[in-house]
Amino acid sequence: MIMIFGIPAPLLFGQLLLGLINGAFYAMLSLGLAVIFGMLNIINFAHGALFMMGAFASWMLLNYVGIGYFPALILAPILVGIFGIILEKTIISRLYKLDHLYGLLLTFGLSLVIEGLFRNAYGSSGMPYRIPDVLQGATNLGFMYMPNYRGWVVLAALVVCLATWAIIEKTSLGATLRAATENAPLVQAFGVDVPRLITLTYGGGVALAAFAGVLAAPIYSVNPNMGTNFINTVFAVVVIGGMGSIMGSILTGFGLGVIEGLTKVFYPQASATVVFLVMVIVLLVRPRGLFGKAA
Amino acid sequence: MFGFSRAQSIAFVVMVVLIVVSPFVLYPVFLMRVLTAALFATAFNLMIGYVGLLSFGHAAFFGMGSYVAAWTMKTWHVDAAIAIIFGGLTGAILGLVLGYLAIRRSGIYFAMITLALAQMVYFFCLEAPFTGGEDGIQQVPRGRLFGVINLNNDMTMYWVVALVFLGGFLFIHRVIHSPFGQVLKGIRENEPRATSLGYRTDDYKLIAFVLSCMIAGVAGGTKALVFGIATLTDVHYSTSGEVVLTTLLGGLGTVFGPAMGALVVTSMENYLAQFGAWVTVTQGVIFMVCVLAFRRGIIGELGAFLRISL
Repeated sequence: MIMIFGIPAPLLFGQLLLGLINGAFYAMLSLGLAVIFGMLNIINFAHGALFMMGAFASWMLLNYVGIGYFPALILAPILVGIFGIILEKTIISRLYKLDHLYGLLLTFGLSLVIEGLFRNAYGSSGMPYRIPDVLQGATNLGFMYMPNYRGWVVLAALVVCLATWAIIEKTSLGATLRAATENAPLVQAFGVDVPRLITLTYGGGVALAAFAGVLAAPIYSVNPNMGTNFINTVFAVVVIGGMGSIMGSILTGFGLGVIEGLTKVFYPQASATVVFLVMVIVLLVRPRGLFGKAA
Repeated sequence: MFGFSRAQSIAFVVMVVLIVVSPFVLYPVFLMRVLTAALFATAFNLMIGYVGLLSFGHAAFFGMGSYVAAWTMKTWHVDAAIAIIFGGLTGAILGLVLGYLAIRRSGIYFAMITLALAQMVYFFCLEAPFTGGEDGIQQVPRGRLFGVINLNNDMTMYWVVALVFLGGFLFIHRVIHSPFGQVLKGIRENEPRATSLGYRTDDYKLIAFVLSCMIAGVAGGTKALVFGIATLTDVHYSTSGEVVLTTLLGGLGTVFGPAMGALVVTSMENYLAQFGAWVTVTQGVIFMVCVLAFRRGIIGELGAFLRISL
């Protein structure tokens, strides 16, 4: 058996892959948080709950309507995104003139409501979601066996993250969005419907979280707490990366996932806290975050 | 002498009378829960109400205070008073370390950093041997205060808790109305200006944070003493959320708001406990209603109605 640093290679690569998967979720969630923060100036505490709703939406589509995984991958984000748009229109938009902290408190309350309702309806034990047949099994990569579904998650997350980056950085819609983030009144004066842009941004960020939720459904059991478990770590990821750059969020998310995976190999006791330790170091060395703009 | 206005003095007397009378009407154990929650929220209010920084990780200080007080009482058999002091010291030391890191950022980032650091404390408590992991520290004996007063009697325990609460309450009030507290409010209103006047604003914020964490630790230690138990719930982020809710509902930046919020939130939990997750839903709804329509909270609205500052 091949050994690397005294660790069997399959174990090392296996944990590395698990790390990449966690990193994929960190990247998608922190990306959504960053985009929403840029436009709405609120930290969307409900992001974890909406991620969970994405997973539940795919589970419901399968069990109540009989719609399978791949259509759900498109449908669930659209449904949850519409829910997000309704939230933005009816509730969140009332807060833009207030201190940012109120947005955080409101969305925190929102996450309590959503998670509480799901816990009432489905309990907290969680429901299994079968991996679709096409992605069953594993592939021999030579140095390790890779479960196909896990490879798919990393690939899909990468594609979606890069597509989001491309939309924001390379299209005219993205240019308008970036301009509105910098100076909303001026963009509005040019005839752009900024409130609608804000609504769509929130819907888009939420849809991204829901997409991550669908990807997560077959890996973790679909349960009402799955978002909360992620979101606290994602906040640390956001602090580490800083919310200034889209690519920064993606890189930080994947990078921290890998660090977490490696920690599981070399010092398992610290694997739950390593992201927070990295945050402490970043705060000491570069308080504004790796990719953050100077305050 | 504590900087109370006339209206506040009257309100304070009303509160003391209520504290004295209520154990003859309501269950002392329930009231002790209210008082520890009130002290915790009052400590939290020092940060959000007077420095303008939202700490989303105050459970770390409350919970560690609770663990250390429970552990010292059970293992070292220290006096209840010493255990509470240990709880406060734990809160203060942890507050110094975490606060040093967190005050490097402000606003939303401060909230996220405190949340993340508290999560780290939670994972530490989950793994560390002395906390008893999922079981927590159970069956902590209340013992005798100063070796004389038997705390196993709930009424006796109640008076001790009432004194701890009033002590902490007056301490925080004194801090807020000291010259130091005036500077804090100045920083909240306009930090660059305070800096230009020569104040080291970071030091002021850190000291306020440490004081707030110390009282949170005292509240946690007292809670461990009353219920004879310290568990992961005390350090869990839902506890941090609850203290935010308590203070928001009672009134951010008001003197009596946190105590009022603690009374309402604890009563609500008491009555809703049988309905399981509905507690969470109700809390969430209250959060949203408070933010959307009731930002001054109960005491804040009352004060605005009476045109006085409570």
